Amino acid sequence: MLTFIIRRLMMLPITLIGVTIFVILLTQLLSPTQRAAAYVKSEAQLKNIEKVIEQYGIDKPWYVQYGNWLKQAVQGNFGFSKSTGEPVLTAFWRRFPNTVELAILVIIPTLLLGIGFGVLAALNRDSLIDQIIRASATMLWSLPTFVLAIWLLAIFYGGFGWFGFGQVSTAHKLEIIKGGFTHYTHFMLLDTLLNGRFDIFLDAAGKLVLPVTTMVAVVSAMIIRVMRSTLLDVLNQDFVRTARAKGLESSKVNYKHALRNALIPIVTLGGGLLMGLIEGATIVEYIFARPGVGSLMVTASLQLDIATLLASATFLAIVTVISFVLIDVLYAVVDPRIRYS
Amino acid sequence: MSEELYVPKIRRGPKWWNTKPMRRFRRNPLGIIGMIILALFLLMALFAPQMTTTQLGKYKSNCTRDLGISKLEARQILNPTKFVFWRSMIYPPGSCYKIPRASYSEIPTAPNEYSPLGTSNGYDIFYGLVWGTRLALLVGIVVTGLGVFFGIIIGSIAGYFGGLVDTIIMKFIEIIFAIPPLIFSMIIISILGQSLRSILIALSIFSWTGYARFIRGEILGVRQNDFVDAARGLGAGNIRIMFKHILPNVISNVLIIASLQIGTVVLSVAGLSFLGLGPAVGTADWGQMVSFARSWVTGLPGQPFLYWYVLFWPGLTIVLFALSWNLLGDAIRDVLDVRSH
Repeated sequence: MLTFIIRRLMMLPITLIGVTIFVILLTQLLSPTQRAAAYVKSEAQLKNIEKVIEQYGIDKPWYVQYGNWLKQAVQGNFGFSKSTGEPVLTAFWRRFPNTVELAILVIIPTLLLGIGFGVLAALNRDSLIDQIIRASATMLWSLPTFVLAIWLLAIFYGGFGWFGFGQVSTAHKLEIIKGGFTHYTHFMLLDTLLNGRFDIFLDAAGKLVLPVTTMVAVVSAMIIRVMRSTLLDVLNQDFVRTARAKGLESSKVNYKHALRNALIPIVTLGGGLLMGLIEGATIVEYIFARPGVGSLMVTASLQLDIATLLASATFLAIVTVISFVLIDVLYAVVDPRIRYS
Repeated sequence: MSEELYVPKIRRGPKWWNTKPMRRFRRNPLGIIGMIILALFLLMALFAPQMTTTQLGKYKSNCTRDLGISKLEARQILNPTKFVFWRSMIYPPGSCYKIPRASYSEIPTAPNEYSPLGTSNGYDIFYGLVWGTRLALLVGIVVTGLGVFFGIIIGSIAGYFGGLVDTIIMKFIEIIFAIPPLIFSMIIISILGQSLRSILIALSIFSWTGYARFIRGEILGVRQNDFVDAARGLGAGNIRIMFKHILPNVISNVLIIASLQIGTVVLSVAGLSFLGLGPAVGTADWGQMVSFARSWVTGLPGQPFLYWYVLFWPGLTIVLFALSWNLLGDAIRDVLDVRSH
């Protein structure tokens, strides 16, 4: 088991180097001046771009540039983000907790609804309940995130004036910046509670309703569909029939025998879930103008902010590879058949 | 010895529409609904010029000029005896994919005689959606086609030769998979510049990986069959074995998965161009139509849903498209019992 984990983690540096080389090679399509913009920090530097090009060796071959970038990156210097006007790492960490907060709020209801309705549909196969759940899951699954988000905005914000854009209202934002507000955890909801500011808490929670609803609707539809079909597969297997033939109560068969085995593929679904969360958060943060890693990446790509894009690619690759290793490990833990083979 | 060889009479199978999969498909009403909606989309794409003659005759557009007719002669497009009927349908000039402007005002105008679905940012919504269907399907087919082509070649090489070649190709695919496709596409498009060509390149970089993995897996399975050894024993070379003996066995599943993937590609394109990474403003493109709608989620005070048509029609088109593709896909998977990987 341990060698398995180590072997998988060894892939991490290879993947990281692969991803970053790929992006650096892509940037060679740009002119040196465009590339130099990633290092410019002030007006004065902008006027003297030749010096920047020389200083960072931007007109050198790509492997020299890659070496330079790598040397800086290892020291934690990912360059200057021109779309936000601060160092990339600062910009990133300032927004990261917001995205994590959104993801956590999405993932819990998604799993509950997804697994719950999936099981309900499978156990009542072809009944009215099953038909309704299947039809709604297919409907929701067919709603692209950006269409659903725009429609929800039009109905609730446009129609009723509820919720709205951003993280908190401008007045509250000013109050937070002004001071007296301690960022204990950097999660907005927790911090407002710890500061005893229930008014800001309600404001922030309200602004999370539509983004969370959008993402839960789309992602849980996927889980319902997978859960239903895997549970049906398991229910058709021999050991379930044997259990029934032995005269075991059907609830015991369903929940002790079948469901446990059907939950295994849900673990492998974790990869798809993660990708869905990252992509969903990107679009949702952009639409609802929420400060987060996703909206940071969208603005960066719209403004050709290479330093930020490179750092995001690196960061996402780290997150994905580590999660995939975790998923594999979890898979081996829940399924002994994998562990012993 | 003179005994005649007994040749069993070959029983003709049922006609294709009476084969078992087709009979199963016919019993699936949702699949049939999906197929009908999709057929309507295909017709809309094919007859886009004919459907938009009203707009071409009313608004200023380079499309009619490039077709060699004047604005007043736009009705000739409806006449199958005229050359322009076929020209516009089979090979329309690129300018036809530009939405004619009804006005230069950003404010939407309500549905009227010439713009049956209203206008959005001055662009005719109906025209944009009809030609957008054509563009979306073209992009979907091109990207999927390129993906299948390269996927088959690279996957065959990996699966057939195995060893170091296989390891390198599979690691490369793993590296690409380490970043969510949407984000990676954003990075690639940002560097290549925002255009339709960049979208095609970005999506093609991903689309082959799935097919390559699938083909490789199938080939590893087929390769162990006796008939491959037999062919080798008869002196067949690598390439002959590959193309004559192995690929025909795996190609049908690839084509089914690929045709289902076209829908996914279309939605990715819409998502990217919604984020502002799509073709130039004014191109008939679904994602862009929804992004126009972003500015009009709130109506005027007292009339919250004043601009509903700007939000509703582009969204509905995308949702119907995704829904029909998903319904048909589910039905086909049920009927043929293939699982997409």
